[in-house]
Amino acid sequence: MSTDRPGPAVTEAQDEKPPTPARAGLNAKAGLGDRLFGGSARGAAVFILILMAAIAAFLIVQSVHAISADKVNFLTSFTWDPDGNTTNGVPTFGIAAIAWGTLITSVIGVLFGAPVAIGVALFITQYAPRKLGAILGYIVDLLAAVPSVVYGLWGLLVLVPHMGGISKLIEDVLGWIPMFKTNGTYGSSIFTAGVVLAIMILPIIAAIAREIYRQTPREQIEAAYALGATRWEVIRLAVLPYGRSGVTSAVILGFGRALGETIAVAMVLTQVPGLVTRILQPGGNTIAANIAVQFGEALTTGRQALIASGLILFLMTLIVNYAARLVVRRTGRAGA
Amino acid sequence: MKFQRYGAVAGVAVAASLALSACGSNNNAPTGPTSSASGTSAASSCPSGTLSLAGSTAQANAISQWKKDYQTKCTGVTVNYNANGSGAGVTSFIQKQADFAGSDYSLSTTQAAQVTSAGRCGSGSAVNIPLVPGAIAVVFNVPNVTTLNLSATTLAGIFNGTISNWDAAAIKAENPSANLPNLAIQPFYRSDTSGTSYNFSNYLHALGGFAAANKQWPGKAGQGAKGSSLVASKVKSTAGAIGYAEYSYATEDSLSYAAVSNASGAYVPLTQTNAANFIAKAKVTQSGSDTKLAFDYTYAAADAYPATLVTYEIVCGTGNDSGQLPLIKGFLTYMDSSAAQTELTSEGYVPLPSAIQADNATAIASLQ
Repeated sequence: MSTDRPGPAVTEAQDEKPPTPARAGLNAKAGLGDRLFGGSARGAAVFILILMAAIAAFLIVQSVHAISADKVNFLTSFTWDPDGNTTNGVPTFGIAAIAWGTLITSVIGVLFGAPVAIGVALFITQYAPRKLGAILGYIVDLLAAVPSVVYGLWGLLVLVPHMGGISKLIEDVLGWIPMFKTNGTYGSSIFTAGVVLAIMILPIIAAIAREIYRQTPREQIEAAYALGATRWEVIRLAVLPYGRSGVTSAVILGFGRALGETIAVAMVLTQVPGLVTRILQPGGNTIAANIAVQFGEALTTGRQALIASGLILFLMTLIVNYAARLVVRRTGRAGA
Repeated sequence: MKFQRYGAVAGVAVAASLALSACGSNNNAPTGPTSSASGTSAASSCPSGTLSLAGSTAQANAISQWKKDYQTKCTGVTVNYNANGSGAGVTSFIQKQADFAGSDYSLSTTQAAQVTSAGRCGSGSAVNIPLVPGAIAVVFNVPNVTTLNLSATTLAGIFNGTISNWDAAAIKAENPSANLPNLAIQPFYRSDTSGTSYNFSNYLHALGGFAAANKQWPGKAGQGAKGSSLVASKVKSTAGAIGYAEYSYATEDSLSYAAVSNASGAYVPLTQTNAANFIAKAKVTQSGSDTKLAFDYTYAAADAYPATLVTYEIVCGTGNDSGQLPLIKGFLTYMDSSAAQTELTSEGYVPLPSAIQADNATAIASLQ
């Protein structure tokens, strides 16, 4: 009971002796494993970075070779003849026509695909009984498992011959706009390619939208019901605003997929020279389809030119993705 | 735990044995001429191994038939043909992915330079051996019309877009008895570099005032499709379409094809005899193992069908891989033989004139 007995601090200090040799051995082993694992993880990350930098450097060098050999403006020319087959050996190529084709087919794809995908997602999460929703979700996911080349075959053999009716209808209604005029022929048009793309990006958008809508806070839905809202009003008031930014980024993800879709578009579209402004008339080309069709027989300059066009596509996708992030940030992270 | 430790050791042992088994000899590489112990009773000179070929779609049907027969005759041989188009085939050949390539036009100066710079044939060069002559059918799909006469000038107009409807005056003048509908013409051409394009544009240039012959179709109108097969199927499925494809694609898809005019002004229907008559008059230029045929579009007989092509096999004159050389010579000799050439007729091609067959035999024998 005397107060000058050594206090707890001293005994604690005495307890903090340096570890015993056995304990030190265990620490040392853990240290080695720690170092090995940390080192290899770091090495893997560095390796990936170096690999990506090497690929990017290779692509840029090849593209620069091609662009410097190009005798016309790379960004504004409509022809694609880097090996000079029709220009007496003079490389003449530009991405204006194919970049435009890429954009317009993807926009059509999203215009048709996004509403349907959002509708499917809303039906699965809000309207359907749970079991039916699960089965429907599974079927929609199966759509994503179908290979692109199968979509291309289906588009070419089934859709193209039957697009005449719808194309004619659209031309009758909207034909006063130059874009929707045709010379009487329909089929392998940018519009058909856009429809095929819509079906291909549908599962991506639907899957993400489904997950987002499922996470709508129950309290908000129940509050809306409590205020006397109908099912549609609940969706309009609670579900859609909650999921807006997330679904926007899902749509833009689908847009990015549509930008890069290669084989399906290459099979559905036939090629015509120059810029294609009539979307119901057969003919058109996209960057990815151009690469798929031309790569086999391209000579050196041709190959480098295709790589350059691939870089442009990569840049387009980067810009689209960056815009998506901006949109998500601006509209606030109200959603997922 | 002990189990974990034994499991780890066992795992390492399994992984190691799998890795080491991969170091075993790989028997997939093409082997040289081995004395076939499997006792093929066929000709004594049957090599064995794998032959990789690539090139023209025009000769694809011929090669697939010959492949079957040759593989039955020489059971140790496997022949693979990748019909990716004349241009792509030559590129595959230059990159050593094909032992020889099929091309509907002889090696251009650019391609020959690439062969040299890539050292594909060692210090030597590649040669052309014409082996598969064929006819180009002008296929069309017009409802209720099964035969058409089309002159070279009319065809040039159609493929340039100046004649855009089937009931145009020019077509009506050449076909007074046909019931031509008021239907837009949709021309289809080959979007890839193609010898069929080269030969057809050559014919139109010589007799129809069309742009100069080019393996990248130089026409100003219509839609491009990749490969003869796709052109034929697009023509078949589109009313009002017209296109050009090798004759065997026309017969396979049951398409109607036109009679075209030659230098004599007569409309010559497409038959194998008519095509053979025209090909027999081609000028032959031979230097060493290299043989080139130049069609004579001024030949003015009433029974010579002028829209023809011949597929060359592009092979190294010297500097062939010594393991593959017996396979290459074996298959080429078979392709040049009378037995194989006679089979061509039933496939829709035109057999080689015997004089050219003899030239080829010498050329093939002297390959190294």
